[in-house]
Amino acid sequence: MIAKIRSILKSEKVIVLCSVILCVLLFIAIFAPWLVPNDPTFVNLAVKLQSPSLDYPLGTDHLGRCTFSRILYGARISLGFAILIFISSLSIGLIVGIIAGYRGGWVDQLLMRFGDGVMAFPNLLLVLGLVGIWGAGLKQVILALIFVQWVYYARVIRGMVLSLKEQNYITAARISGSSQWTIMKKHVIPNVLPPLAVMGTLEMGWAIMDLSSMSFLGLGVQPPTPEWGAMIHEGKSYIRTNPELMLYPGLMIMLVVITFNLLGEALSERFGIKRR
Amino acid sequence: MGTYILKRILAIIPIFLLVTLLTFGMINLSPVDPAEAYLVASHIQPTDELLAQKRQEFGLDQPLLTQYVNTIVSISQFDFGKSYITNKPVWEEVSSRMPATIQLTFGSLLIAIVVSIPLGFLAGIKKNSAIDHFSRILSFIGASIPSFWLGYLFIFFFSVKLDLFPVEGIGTWKHLVLPSLTLALPLIALYTRLLRASVLENLQEPYILFARTRGIQEKAIMGKHVLKIAISPMITGLGMNLGKLMTGTIIVEAVFSWPGFGRYFIEAIFNRDVPVIQCYVLLAAAIFIFSNLIIDLLQMYIDPRISRKGRQHQ
Repeated sequence: MIAKIRSILKSEKVIVLCSVILCVLLFIAIFAPWLVPNDPTFVNLAVKLQSPSLDYPLGTDHLGRCTFSRILYGARISLGFAILIFISSLSIGLIVGIIAGYRGGWVDQLLMRFGDGVMAFPNLLLVLGLVGIWGAGLKQVILALIFVQWVYYARVIRGMVLSLKEQNYITAARISGSSQWTIMKKHVIPNVLPPLAVMGTLEMGWAIMDLSSMSFLGLGVQPPTPEWGAMIHEGKSYIRTNPELMLYPGLMIMLVVITFNLLGEALSERFGIKRR
Repeated sequence: MGTYILKRILAIIPIFLLVTLLTFGMINLSPVDPAEAYLVASHIQPTDELLAQKRQEFGLDQPLLTQYVNTIVSISQFDFGKSYITNKPVWEEVSSRMPATIQLTFGSLLIAIVVSIPLGFLAGIKKNSAIDHFSRILSFIGASIPSFWLGYLFIFFFSVKLDLFPVEGIGTWKHLVLPSLTLALPLIALYTRLLRASVLENLQEPYILFARTRGIQEKAIMGKHVLKIAISPMITGLGMNLGKLMTGTIIVEAVFSWPGFGRYFIEAIFNRDVPVIQCYVLLAAAIFIFSNLIIDLLQMYIDPRISRKGRQHQ
């Protein structure tokens, strides 16, 4: 058992490292309310723009709010919305992909041509266009991000449904009397999971990047909510005196996006999956 | 060849009509009433009477089909209506801001091409060398760094600390350096990776082996055979990226207070300036569609195999 774990650690260094970082971030995101030393939105002008101290480990911002607490809470917001976008787009993608794959014919054609249309345009351009039409706000941004992301899942799932329909080993398993559940567990899920995992990790990275870009522009998460992109937007006016206000949140975005990208690339190499 | 080009150009018309239909539909489905948005934007208290009057003025009381046809007709004459905020024709406002954005786009494209062609090419022919590792790290960082943050990092190091370039605004070439660089880094990341992969692939081709056995100089092989063909995927990447570049300009213009088209669009979103938003969306789609067409034709010229393939499909 221990030898096995050790060999996994050795051969899959990147995957293990990225997973550990993501687990730590997820832990921070879930337990942020108990981990933070101060209330991240509590304004106290008496202690504004302070340097790091025991009370404020990373100092305070222009409204005297604890930067460290805001960074930790930022993980909650970014990862939380990224997971929400992931689950929603995956669910829509599953439904559309399975319908298109099983039904085929004009339903398939219609759904997939629509998907092609969405994919033809760069994600952020579509998101901006949709937000422009629907109006600024977090709800609209999240909806727009889901709107551009479900297509990718739908395509992959449709492809998998089509190829699984034709596989001889599934027919063979059915003829030899395996139950639906056994077929699912032994043949379908192991085939379906790796490509979805790869896509999910890469798309999560994009979702976090796009959401923080929108918040930076002032269209997504609104202050005083501690979101990293919005924090950079607030911190930019203090670039001469307190550059760390925009430095820390940017580092966090980069850390998360790099981790997701590295993990996605390592997973796709590990399972031999071609991306997009 | 001539008919192929003509067909490709004619194919644009239905695509663009579809885009206008979608934009029109979305704006109509959106919960915002343009008449109300106009009154709010001009600081007038909306009353039922005023709303009805404005609806009539904007033609919103007519059937949807008539509205759509009217929109198409005026758009084809570059009439995008008047801005709710300034009351000036939208096209005038947009075209006066275009040069700044185009300047930024070309600046960054130039940097991206000048850096990524030698870097990607060298990384490809000297696989696993120091320059290859450098190009891979650069590609990775370039793809993962948020561009608005990168912009502030540049401002911090080059303007605040070293005082080499101005923080924001437009004017001299010095103003152009930092915004273009910010916009160029993700492109450099992408193009370097594309070119490297395609150089590696091309080195495996039989015609390279044949050229070598014929005793042709290595330099000539690299220049005439490898680089010329390897550049083709990069051109595709260029076309696909013009749209990304457009969103990039929005963010970079916000960071550097660049008085371009992107910043105007963001302001329009905040003010719910519907004609400006519609103009931006349609223009973005048009630029995207046209740039793809031009890239396709350019590629056909460089690599004639493509047009033959295209003709076989027809």
